[in-house]
Amino acid sequence: MDTIQKRILAEVADLHAVPEGAYNIRANGVSAGRRSTANIEITSKPEGAGIDIRIRPGTKKQSVHIPVVLSESGLKETVYNDFFIGADSDVVIVAGCGIHNCGNQDSEHDGIHRFYVGENAKVKYVEKHYGEGDGTGKRILNPGTEVYMEKGSSMEMEMVQIRGVDSTERVTTAQLAEDCRLVVKERLMTHGSQSAVSVYKVELNGAGSSADVVSRSVARDDSFQKFDATIAGNAPCHGHTECDSIIMDHGRILAVPSLEANDTDAELIHEAAIGKIAGEQLVKLMTLGLTEAEAEEQIINGFLK
Amino acid sequence: MLELKNIRFDVDDDAGHVDILKDVSFAIPEGKFVVITGPNGGGKSTIAKLIAGVRRPTGGKITFDGQDITDLDITQRARLGISYALQQPVRFKGIQVIDLLRIAAGRELSVAESCDYLSRVGLCARDYINREVNASLSGGELKRIEIATILARGTRLSVFDEPEAGIDLWSFQSLIRVFEEMRKSIERSSILVISHQERILEIADEIIVVADGKISRHGPKDEVLPELIGTASALSSCERLQERG
Repeated sequence: MDTIQKRILAEVADLHAVPEGAYNIRANGVSAGRRSTANIEITSKPEGAGIDIRIRPGTKKQSVHIPVVLSESGLKETVYNDFFIGADSDVVIVAGCGIHNCGNQDSEHDGIHRFYVGENAKVKYVEKHYGEGDGTGKRILNPGTEVYMEKGSSMEMEMVQIRGVDSTERVTTAQLAEDCRLVVKERLMTHGSQSAVSVYKVELNGAGSSADVVSRSVARDDSFQKFDATIAGNAPCHGHTECDSIIMDHGRILAVPSLEANDTDAELIHEAAIGKIAGEQLVKLMTLGLTEAEAEEQIINGFLK
Repeated sequence: MLELKNIRFDVDDDAGHVDILKDVSFAIPEGKFVVITGPNGGGKSTIAKLIAGVRRPTGGKITFDGQDITDLDITQRARLGISYALQQPVRFKGIQVIDLLRIAAGRELSVAESCDYLSRVGLCARDYINREVNASLSGGELKRIEIATILARGTRLSVFDEPEAGIDLWSFQSLIRVFEEMRKSIERSSILVISHQERILEIADEIIVVADGKISRHGPKDEVLPELIGTASALSSCERLQERG
């Protein structure tokens, strides 16, 4: 890998060297490195467009890194990655995609991730998106995530996109069985003329299941964001979705909350708030010696932390 | 140290033209604890905002250590050495107490140093240092954190706008102790507090009474305070509770 690819890898996966545990690094459409471990097996799909990650039942405290780097202008790819997470395992999965585009053709990576989470398994999933490069070609990411959770399993998803991605359409669906718990934390900042659409469809199918989908976002310059979250309660369950956004400059934000209760014991809550940075917050930090611009940065950094 | 000369402040709103401050002049000498009191709506908080630069006067001049600061913005005044504690402390999602203290100090404070500032305002540092400065904190806790940020700045002049506003009686008692400590270690700095609480007035070296946009009295505490006892300019703790209803 060259220095640009290595830097992007550090941005999206906090990787500065070969990671510990299992990994698969994809660079410009081909595998740039792979390692399976005794409990985590990574294999290519027969048709070549993606990988299967199989985690043995009972695997504890292990991690899988599967970052993707695109540094060639004009590259478009759709990749299917399937995760089979064995029962009673406890693992961390770090994905993420970074695009460096200094050419005039659009670069696009559409990653479709499917998670089959076994009974009582515990998964932490981290996905970071990043774009850079001063070419006129757009940097496009359209991730699709499907989560199928079996009885008693839990999954925490951290989705972060802070800079440089021109266009994103993210669709995440989840189906939860009995006593499953899903927590989604989305952090998003758009700038320039970027557009980011985030769609969540969570179905709480089993008794005792719960979901907490929380998005914090900042829309700067002329960017546009849409947050569209639906939680359907089909059993006695708890669902909560929250969209908290700061709007700046000429940014636009559309929040579309939707709850669907199909069981009298489904408890569903939605919260949404959009507003600019409060003047008094700026004043307070300026009285501590920050300039207005520095105060804004501190407020946004804290908000997206 | 700080001097306000012929300060006027007026606004045009729905009610028409309102003179909030008519002609206010006073000086805060070095090493003094000065309290501005007076009835509600008399213009006290406006004076604090004018000193911090949150509002600009319609007329008059403000000097700080001999420099004309009338046209300087909030940041410039803060950097010259003016601190300002807001009457209603501000909440921030995601910013932790330690972040705020570090911004205030303008450097990488160690955890031990941060804890020291929190202990001085009566907060158990271990419980608070990593808390977010958000809606989970009570009014009294926020107020103390606000004061801790002023301590962390350690500037020449500290201005407190009604530090007792919005806190319970219990917190009020410990707040008084914090101000008594600050008075003891004042050295070459100065403190200006906007308050009409008798207990805070008792700590003062000088008292300024502002009513109807003008200064009606300015002198040493021993002379001014006896005249104020029993009026709205010097409320006792019980009257304070009744006032809050």
